[in-house]
Amino acid sequence: MPSRHSIAAPPVKGGAAPAGSRPVGSAPEDERQRAKLSRRWQRDLRWSPYAFVAPFFLLFIAFGLFPLLYTGWASLHSVELTAPTDMEWAGLKNFTRIFDDEFFWNAARNTLFIGIVSTVPQLAMAMGIAHLLNYKLRGSTFWRVSMLAPYATSVAAATLVFVLLFGRDYGMINWALDFLGINPVDWQAGWASKIAVSTIVIWRWTGYNALIYLAAMQAIPHDLYESAALDGASRWRQFFHVTLPSLRPTILFTVVVSTIGATQIFGEALLFDASKGASGGSEHDFQTLGLYLYEQGWVNQHLGRASAIAWTMFAILIVIGLVNSVISRRLRTSS
Amino acid sequence: MRAIRTARHRAVVLATVAALGAGLLAGCADDGKDEDAASSGNSDGKTTITVGLFGTFGFKEAGLYDEYMKQNPDIQIKETVTERNENYYPALLSHLTQNSGLQDIQGVEVGNIAEITSTQADKLVDLSKYGKKADFLESKWAQGTTKDGKTVALGTDVGPMAICYRKDIFEQAGLPTDREELAKLWEGDWAKFIDVGRDFKKNAPKGVTFMDSPGGLLNAVLSSETEKFYNAEGEVIYKTNPAVKDAFDLTADAASEGLIGKQVQFQPAWDTTIAKGKFAAMSCPPWMLGYIESKSEASSAGKWDVAKAPKAGNWGGSFLAVPKAGKNAEEAAKLAAWLTAPEQQATLFAKRGSFPSAPATYEGEQVRAAKNKMTGDAPIGEIFGDAAKTSPVQVIGPKDQIIQQGLTDNGVILVTKGKSAAQAWSNAIKTIDNNLEK
Repeated sequence: MPSRHSIAAPPVKGGAAPAGSRPVGSAPEDERQRAKLSRRWQRDLRWSPYAFVAPFFLLFIAFGLFPLLYTGWASLHSVELTAPTDMEWAGLKNFTRIFDDEFFWNAARNTLFIGIVSTVPQLAMAMGIAHLLNYKLRGSTFWRVSMLAPYATSVAAATLVFVLLFGRDYGMINWALDFLGINPVDWQAGWASKIAVSTIVIWRWTGYNALIYLAAMQAIPHDLYESAALDGASRWRQFFHVTLPSLRPTILFTVVVSTIGATQIFGEALLFDASKGASGGSEHDFQTLGLYLYEQGWVNQHLGRASAIAWTMFAILIVIGLVNSVISRRLRTSS
Repeated sequence: MRAIRTARHRAVVLATVAALGAGLLAGCADDGKDEDAASSGNSDGKTTITVGLFGTFGFKEAGLYDEYMKQNPDIQIKETVTERNENYYPALLSHLTQNSGLQDIQGVEVGNIAEITSTQADKLVDLSKYGKKADFLESKWAQGTTKDGKTVALGTDVGPMAICYRKDIFEQAGLPTDREELAKLWEGDWAKFIDVGRDFKKNAPKGVTFMDSPGGLLNAVLSSETEKFYNAEGEVIYKTNPAVKDAFDLTADAASEGLIGKQVQFQPAWDTTIAKGKFAAMSCPPWMLGYIESKSEASSAGKWDVAKAPKAGNWGGSFLAVPKAGKNAEEAAKLAAWLTAPEQQATLFAKRGSFPSAPATYEGEQVRAAKNKMTGDAPIGEIFGDAAKTSPVQVIGPKDQIIQQGLTDNGVILVTKGKSAAQAWSNAIKTIDNNLEK
């Protein structure tokens, strides 16, 4: 790391400004002129980076920090969407009620379940697909591009197609099950609905993760495999003892990104049963936390409650993030 | 020296940052300016009135704007349409509360009108001087009027309900098919209607139910009550109002007996049951005929008929409101009154099928002689007109939609999935109470 610092930016004094290269015996005005220029350069060098990063931070303040703080403020009040300026102090009531809000915890359980059911098979499948794509194949670009196609599809379009496939009475999946002699499943209720929603997530993200794994696999030096082969390791052993350990940082990255994605599942669940909208099924079967937040804020118009839910979700995410970093540190030290 | 220089540096940087920030803000603010410009008038001295709507009001398609602009050459009308009310309404609410981004005329759906009149009335122009009370159905005028008597929204269309039924399927089940005879059978009581359903079931064709969906039946029964979820004092009474519980239980019984399809209205599977003729009857307002037509195969034309409902009720319809913040509020109010006047409502019905909220039109040729492709010779104008005149002046409340959705989608639908009526009721009220609590 220290070596990188030295190339990243020249030290402030000297640096690009030609202060040291003053020719001998020049006129005093000239010298003053140069000194002035050099000061300007120094100033430029010192402060313009701040100006360059400013737009991001201004946008962040306007669309990130301010909403965050405002939501925190709103969460301490009873506020309705019909009169957002008309706030009534509620203290921590919006937070304490969450403890016995069965709909919140139901949503939390759904989010966890859908998160696990969508992430674990997704990453496992992505790994397998990446491994296959890593072989020499005819038309490899075609396979890779088609892996990415679901990712390029919009959530709404994909979900609407899946709704038709998962239809109870006229859906293709139940039709196929019927063919196999299995009774039709109501894919919009109970456990089946959670699995159905997870399927949409898996379908959309597997290819994306496969490409990330593939890129990492191609960076593994080939001689590792050669020497493993010389030692008589089979393809499987090569995969487990060469590929997987080399992919560890990449796997960690995809796990973190997928975890964040899983806690934010929203569009798939919202559109999976459009008539019930934000309630996520008749008995809130697949209502995720994001959906519950949306329902309280925009359907029921309780901004105060929704803000409290948002902050609680934020706290949960921080806990998950901490757990994640502890585990990854453990993994790193154990390697 | 050093201190001064850093101070000056800081000033330079701050100035740069401020300039960039101002640029950004200006970029953000541009939209607002454009909108102001749009509503304040053009360079050629014409006044532009902007109209913000959702779905398909059809003013433009029926040529009403063109006609108004011809009569008033110095007026120009510009329309923006959001397709779905669930996207349109939250935006309208936040525009109203912030007093910005508003169009000169805004459409409001009947499901939201109580919330608008009870929470946003002071942001809206009182239109009682512009529209004529006598022109409108009593219930329509009342819905757009606040408690203290300000009329902040003028009615456009209404959705008086009748029973649409498949003559061919009724015949197969051995029921009468004549609309007068059927109306007599179930006159005055929804329970009688369900009894007809029980008769239907005895000889029903395989896989065909009497009604389409629990939501449709519940909605029809609730709509025919004077009080449903709120009482006249504005208190929420849905849990204790016997009419609501009766409607719920009637629907739940019918569902558990298998008289009702297990569908949710407006879902793809429900559309398929229309196309395949999987149910015999449904409660339908005039606009539903257009929906049925769009989902049916051409061969079902003329197979439907319309009979009087056991009790008349209203489903759907809209209003026009004029925000005070608009630059042309006066001109906009005149336009809103013109668009909702009986003559224009009659034109809109003739061209677009939106049923008028102006009873004077019901006697006119355009309504009386109206026919629909799906219902053949049925005198739909007459039947729906009668339903509109006999519909109760229902007490509506700001959270009607949330309560009804809870009773339907978190309630009676569960009976079709094997839950008992009691379980469905308790799931519904748990959901509704949580949704209502501030």
